Amino acid sequence: MAEINRDDVAHLARLAHIDMTDAELDRMAGELAVIVDSIKSVSEVAGDDVPATSHPIPLSNVFRDDVVGETLSNEEALLGAPDNADGRFKVPAILDGE
Amino acid sequence: MTDLIHLSADALARKLTSKEVSAVEVTQAHLDRIDAVDGAINAFLHVNTDEALLVAAEVDKARTGGDALHPLAGVPIAVKDLIVTKGQPTTAGSRILEGWQSPYDATVVRRLRAAKMPILGKTNLDEFAMGSSTEHSAFGPTRNPWDLDRIPGGSGGGSAAAVAAFEAPLALGTDTGGSIRQPGAVTGTVGVKPTYGGVSRYGAIAMASSLDQIGPVSRTVLDSALLHEVIGGHDPHDSTSLTDPVGALVEAARMGQVEGMRIGVIKELQGDGYQAGVLTRFHESLELLRSAGAEIVEVSCPNFRYALGAYYLIMPSEASSNLAKYDGVRFGLRVVPDGTPTIERVMGATRAAGFGDEVKRRIILGTYALSAGYYDAYYGSAQKVRTLIQRDFAAAFEQADVLVSPTAPTTAFKLGEKLDDPLAMYLNDVATIPANLAGVPGLSLPGGLADEDGLPVGIQLLAPARQDARLYRVGAVLESLLEDTWGGPLLAKAPEITQIAGGK
Repeated sequence: MAEINRDDVAHLARLAHIDMTDAELDRMAGELAVIVDSIKSVSEVAGDDVPATSHPIPLSNVFRDDVVGETLSNEEALLGAPDNADGRFKVPAILDGE
Repeated sequence: MTDLIHLSADALARKLTSKEVSAVEVTQAHLDRIDAVDGAINAFLHVNTDEALLVAAEVDKARTGGDALHPLAGVPIAVKDLIVTKGQPTTAGSRILEGWQSPYDATVVRRLRAAKMPILGKTNLDEFAMGSSTEHSAFGPTRNPWDLDRIPGGSGGGSAAAVAAFEAPLALGTDTGGSIRQPGAVTGTVGVKPTYGGVSRYGAIAMASSLDQIGPVSRTVLDSALLHEVIGGHDPHDSTSLTDPVGALVEAARMGQVEGMRIGVIKELQGDGYQAGVLTRFHESLELLRSAGAEIVEVSCPNFRYALGAYYLIMPSEASSNLAKYDGVRFGLRVVPDGTPTIERVMGATRAAGFGDEVKRRIILGTYALSAGYYDAYYGSAQKVRTLIQRDFAAAFEQADVLVSPTAPTTAFKLGEKLDDPLAMYLNDVATIPANLAGVPGLSLPGGLADEDGLPVGIQLLAPARQDARLYRVGAVLESLLEDTWGGPLLAKAPEITQIAGGK
């Protein structure tokens, strides 16, 4: 099983959109290495003959009747937004530059 | 008036029904208690004084008018701040949601409102329910009413401490790996994780969706059964909600006999790593159950040794995707960095500022476990272990009607003791996690005080999926046998909380 190092953590932090300082990356890499080491036995116990369980109580095809229910109003939906305009969520620029 | 706070929910309900006390009196007594002691305990993040008293007044008016009321109408309750409520903030214990108010109520909250139970406020928790000590709350730790220098358990330390400190007779918790049961164990209270899907998760802020479950927190087994019947049952808003009726849980709690029941002691959940005083109390409880006519058998669940590892892959994986929604766009915190603020940079800065260390650790761990090349080895393998654990349970329940173990390996530890050692913190949940992985229900009740430190020990009962009633049946009998040996409830032995002025 692969080790987890500081570069991995930096990459994962970028994927997860969490800015991290150098000190945070150092600390997190050390902590995660210990955690990953302690849980890696999991990958060795179950053979190919064991099916995976994704959901504790198996359910399939959960439908409800297609009827109009309660929904949030536009105003309610925007109530907790950091910024909004014209009844929509307002976000900073998607692309750099311009 | 102070006597009202020491009554069980059941006793309060009877006094309210007989009009011996009013709902306003009962609610005010608890608000006064919060005011007196919560400065020391920090169980509440928000106290809902006005609305609670308004609901109580409505109950009193309806009762005077002879209107039909739910038996628990007027019995106040605290709600873990992971469960959304209209008209009150919901923070999940995180800076990223500080000041946010939900535009809708969780289904369980709607059911509390329908029963006209005044909501006293929102209780503290580890940030996004990630932790076993409440120390990961962004708003400071909750303290254990038995010893203010010790942890109240977690993540639901606020709900457990509120009930243990007589600030509320009832509370709601959520349990992903033991967050209802372990705080119950270390505070000398009762907590129940229902069968997965038995109580709607709609409006519970998701950590790990295949493990999360809302459940009752109380001081007595019967009180948890009463609350479980209020919140349980099918909800079309939660597609994982079971369509089964909630079941006769109160009746089970009142049954009062366990003769002929087979109670299985899980071999793997004792011994090394378990505090001596915890095991002594545990074995006493087994003897009491045996004396009541139950048959004690030993069962083996060999794959439980992999449960913690599987849990710490599945939970962070699911959490890392569930927490992707905190991006500074639709709700909560937005931090705009200097320079050109593109949305990507805003997300990075917002999540860096809004999430605490443990949340970041779990997001990174989950992102790792789900990465291309690692998915099969980690997440895939953990899901297979989940199958093995379910098979262990299935085999154990062939031999026993109910399983029993200590709820947590130790009593409450000191605040700060395990904060710098995530792995030591994770080990607190070693006995509670298997139930979440398998979806089976579990209950923790007080088993006495450990000899070496005088702190509460929890006894955990586990039943097959959909057989929650068995927990209440066995739990109530054991509780009554234990209380006979103690000469009253365990919490009567708790020290008086230093009354400090200017609570909340």
